[in-house]
Parts: sequence; structure tokens; C-alpha cells
Amino acid sequence: MIRSKKTMRGFAALAGMAVLSLTAACGGGDDTGSDDSGDSGSAASELCGKNLAFLGALTGDAGALGQNMVGGIKLALQEHNDENADCQIELKEFDSQGSPDKAPALATQIINDDTIFGLIGPGFSGESLATGKTFFEAGLPSISPSATNVTITQQGWTTWHRVIGNDDAQGTADAKYLTDTAGATKVFVVDDGQDYSKGLAGTVKEALGSAMIDEDQISVGDTNMSAVVQAVKSSGADAVFYGGYYTEAGLLAKQLRQGGFTGTFMSGDGSQDPNFVKVAGAQAANDAVLSAPAGPAPADFAASGLYATQAYDATNIFLAAIEDGASDGESINEFIGSYSGDGVSGPISFDENGDIEESKIYAYFVKDGTMDVDNPEVIE
Amino acid sequence: MDFGALFGSLDNFLSFTMGGLVFGAVYALIALGYTMVYGVLQLINFAHSEVFMYGTFAVAWMFIFLHGTESVTWSLGKAAPILVAALVGAMLLSAAIALLLERFAYRPLIRKGAPKLIALISAIGASFALAEAMGLRDRFADKLGLSDNLENYVAPGKARDVFSNPVTIQPKGLFEVGGYTVSDVDLVILAACFIMMIALDTFVRRTRFGRGIRAVAQDPETAALMGVNSGRVVQVTFLIGGLMAGAAATLYMMKIGSTRQNAGFILGVKAFTAAVMGGIGNLRGALVGGLLLGVMENWGSAVFGSEWKDVVAFVLLVLILLVRPSGILGESLGKARA
Repeated sequence: MIRSKKTMRGFAALAGMAVLSLTAACGGGDDTGSDDSGDSGSAASELCGKNLAFLGALTGDAGALGQNMVGGIKLALQEHNDENADCQIELKEFDSQGSPDKAPALATQIINDDTIFGLIGPGFSGESLATGKTFFEAGLPSISPSATNVTITQQGWTTWHRVIGNDDAQGTADAKYLTDTAGATKVFVVDDGQDYSKGLAGTVKEALGSAMIDEDQISVGDTNMSAVVQAVKSSGADAVFYGGYYTEAGLLAKQLRQGGFTGTFMSGDGSQDPNFVKVAGAQAANDAVLSAPAGPAPADFAASGLYATQAYDATNIFLAAIEDGASDGESINEFIGSYSGDGVSGPISFDENGDIEESKIYAYFVKDGTMDVDNPEVIE
Repeated sequence: MDFGALFGSLDNFLSFTMGGLVFGAVYALIALGYTMVYGVLQLINFAHSEVFMYGTFAVAWMFIFLHGTESVTWSLGKAAPILVAALVGAMLLSAAIALLLERFAYRPLIRKGAPKLIALISAIGASFALAEAMGLRDRFADKLGLSDNLENYVAPGKARDVFSNPVTIQPKGLFEVGGYTVSDVDLVILAACFIMMIALDTFVRRTRFGRGIRAVAQDPETAALMGVNSGRVVQVTFLIGGLMAGAAATLYMMKIGSTRQNAGFILGVKAFTAAVMGGIGNLRGALVGGLLLGVMENWGSAVFGSEWKDVVAFVLLVLILLVRPSGILGESLGKARA
């Protein structure tokens, strides 16, 4: 996941919360599910009539991404509710604006709400790291559709899962694409110094090994890239990898092309945004490669946007847990930990840390001045 | 540290230097706004960065208005007619914002004899208000019921996001200097900066009104006794700063092509630094400071890596101020001789 705007500088945190499961019981899970004085009566499960929560950005700079996720969640809930008249599950939305500063207060609200038995989210890495401990201690199981920072799942939060590949998986795939598919032998790596960017660029550098010819670091908000452009040109690089977000990525691509650079330009999911093309200009953006751990939705999928399929899949895992007879946070968590199935975003199962076991990284291409979001290539 | 990156070849050296000069020219034009106001009022107008930012939006809006939203790449010649219109639009909007600032954030305070510190806080407040207002422009449009009409201008839901000119101006190489290709865009930016600087310098030094500005800068009370309308002088000073910021915004958009609601902040800090480096209150100092800062940033990037460029530039500022506390050219607006 990408997107942290400046407020969410970290980004890193997202990933951690979700998984946990296999072994551990998380502490104190009672508030999430055992209280079954539910309204909808005698349904199959005590969780019927209760709610899932979504925590993430619904407004603010990254609001569009959260809206995509909510679209996927609502689609899954609607399908479930239409089929199970006696077991209605609703969504409660909590808008953090993607900010690690705002998320903790909302996390407290969520764990104190007895009608909430599971969480889809948090959306971003920064807010995931800021709230992971709260959710873990309350025993609230969570599945994030989009938080990719590597360290989240290293915190020991056994209730935290994610249905998306982390930044390590992406960085390794990106390096592979550059050397194997693009045939680059001299890659210049640039990042913007933020947690997400350094993490991703760092993995790329490591995976490139001797194919990395040089590196540089800009700052968020920089607009004058002429020094980087000159350094790239005089290094003789045949490819540039940028770890960061679309604004600086677009400016860098634009100024590189205007400066006469003709090699491959590649960046990660932080740059996989239509604004990348707008900032760079159609001509300079053409042939840029942007990777993301999310593939396009199937043609008949009724929600749209990046992360909608992941959110849909995450919701369905909770719904499957209800059908399986899970009745509280602990049993849901156990169910998630042993879950294995095919979602619309791909096959899903979790390792002991809550990371998805099998994730595909996709390369998206800019062609004819637009980002072709429908035909990415899987990086093998 | 890699001095070879900078001095290893003449090509590299000239490339880093030219890239820095072009950006330095933009710094210099923004720095004029700081330096003029300081020269006359001994007050740092921290909201000047937003005056520039509004100008950058005016440029993008003018292109959307006259061209549409289709993303295209044009040569400088093809874009020139709209660019001229954008220049006028940006200068007008920036000047209007600068005058509003003077009217509402400064004049009431100065009238009441408030300490300079109060005016400074007022400037910082105005700066936030202006930047946030731009970031909320979609909500204003919504309240006015104009969301549909203004969709392309306010970017509903994405007003805080980066905002790009749909027309990308493709620079064309004109001639080479020691291996560095000077493009038409670079040349226009540098030429425009020098022409405006000379025009403004002449205005302040040679005209009757310029004499009024210098008189108020030297001694407001005596100037008033001599028949100079100091309120008008202050207004015109803000107006000129705004016009120059609008021109800088046009040049900036020509080169960079996109902006956002907080784009003024970093450039404002850099321009203020340039003004101090050259000698605040001194028009020629703004030019020298801007160009020097731009070049130093690029040289710093080349030798230490881009993440160090601000360290290099600001250490240089400190060193210059240690040796020459009033800046390189050091002389204030009021002392300039006619």
C-alpha cells in the first residue's frame, strides 16, 4: 500500500495486524463476540446482527483509497445479507484520514463497541503500527486489505492479518523485473527518505546486488530534480528505480526524459496512481513501469478501484468464519489463521505472522499517455 | 563525498551549475517580494509564499480554461499564446492576494501601532489560512453549488492533491555550453528573471514613485512630512511583490508543470533564505542570493548526494552571515542611491 501522504509518513505499519492466528489465542477477546443478546434473534450464529468495522482514510488526501475498500466490503456484505435474511451483518466506518495520529482514538472506540466482532483494516501502515497493540490486547481480529510495511507483522500481534503482499515481496519482484525482463545491468535507485520508500528501495537495492550502479535520495516536496538527473546521466545507468509516491515520481520521470534519459523508469505502488501520468506529462510517462501487489479486478466484479478486491476478500473471510460457527474473537482468529481459499484477488492463506503466504506482484504500464490498469503483467 | 561528480568533467560542472541557475532565478523572483516588503516595513511577510502558490494555480487554471483538460505535450512556441495569458492571470491573482494581505493582515495592525512581532504572527496565520483555503477549494465550490461547473479547476475530493497543468511544455535544446544543452525553457526563465530584475531596479532608482519607496524605507515619518503618501507606498510595495511572484509562478509552472496547496512553503523558505543571503531589503541582493542558493543546492547535491543539499545551502548561509551579517550586498532598499 502505498499511499501515505505526508501525514501518514510512515506507511509502514499497515500490515501487521491481521493475522495471527494459528496458535495463539489472543487475550481478552470477549468483547468482540460473546455477547449475544443480538437483535436479530435466533440466527445461525451469535454474531448475526452485529457489525464489522472499517478503519482507514475515507476523507483527506488518500480518501479515495479508503472509499475503494469500503466499496469492496459493502459488496461482500450485501451478497451475504441478501442470501442470509436471518443473519444480517452491517459495516461501521471509522475515518482516520490515514493518519497515525487520529487512528488510536478510533481504535479505542472500536474495541469498546460490543457490537463489533472484526476489523477490516487499518488501511495504511502508519495507522496499523499505531493501533496494532490496542487491537491485539483487546483480542479483536483484523485483516488489512492494503497495509504493506514489513515490520507490522513482526510485532507479535497475533490478531493482525493482511491479504496483500508486503514491501519485501514487491521489492524483490521489482529488482527481478528490472534485470530479467527489462534487461537492465546498471540500475540507479532513488528514494524520498520516508519509511515506505526506504523500505522498498532498500529491498530493491539488496536484490539488485551488483546491478545497482548508484543511489540518491531526494526529499518529499522537492521539485528541482536537475541534480539527480545529471547524476543518473553521468552514471551511465540504463534503468532508474524510484521508491516513493507519485508526485515526486512524476517530476523525476519528467525531468529525466527531458534531460535525455532513455532507459527504463520503474517505481512501486506508491506511484501507481493516475496522477503520476498527469505530473510527468503523457510523453514522459510513456513506458514507465509501476509495480503493485494488487491485480486488476475480474471483469464481472461489481466494485472498483485499487484494494477493492482485497477488501472484498477480507470481508468474506470474516463471513466464512461466521458460517463456520465462530462465536467470538478467539474463534474467529483461529479460523482466519487456518483459512485457505481462493479470493477474487488470488489464493489466500496466512503464515504464522499474519502475512499472506502467496502474493503476486503486478507490473502496470503507461501506454499512450494513460496507465493501463486492466492489463498488468504478473512478475514471476 | 564525491568531488569527482561535480568537478570530474566540465560537462557535469556546467550541467549542475545551469540547472541550479534556472531554479535560482525562480527563487530570486520570489525573494523580491520578501525583500521589498522588508525594505519598506522592516517586516517579513511570511504569507508571500502563498501569494506565489496562488499564482501557480492561476497558471494551471488558465491552461485548463483556454485549452481544456486533455493531456498534451507542446513546444514552447506552441504554448506561448496561452503562456502569455497565464502570465497575466497569475500576476493579477498573485497581486490581488498580496493586496488583500496588506489590507486585512497588515494595515489594521500597523495603523494601531502593533509591535512588529504581532504583524509577523498575523502573516504566519494568513499563510496557513490561504494554503488551507486552496486545499479546501472543492468544499467552497460545493457550498456555492458550482461543483459541476468548476470540476476541472477544484478537483473535487482531491483538492489537496498535486494539481497539474494538462499542457506539458517540452524544452528544446538550443545550443551547447561545454557539453550542456541549454534549452529554450531555461533561457526564457533566466532572461525573464534578469529583465524583470532590471526593470524593477530601474523603477525603484529612477522614478518618482521609486523615490517615494526609498524615502519611506529610510524614514517613514520624514517621508510623510515631505508629502509622500506612505500608505500608498506600502500598498504598491505589496502589489509589486505580488506581480513578481505571479511571474515567478508562471516560470515555475513552465519548468515543473504541477503544483499543490502546500507548494509555496518550501519555495518560500528558500526564497526568504535567498533574500537574507543577498542582503534583505536589497533588490540586487535578492538576485545574487537566489542564483547563488540555486547553484549551491545543485553543487551540494553533486558532491554529497541530494539528501544533503539543504544542509550545504544552509551551512553556506550561516557562513556568509558570520562574515557579512547583513548579507552579501548588504545594503538596504533605502540606501540605494538614485
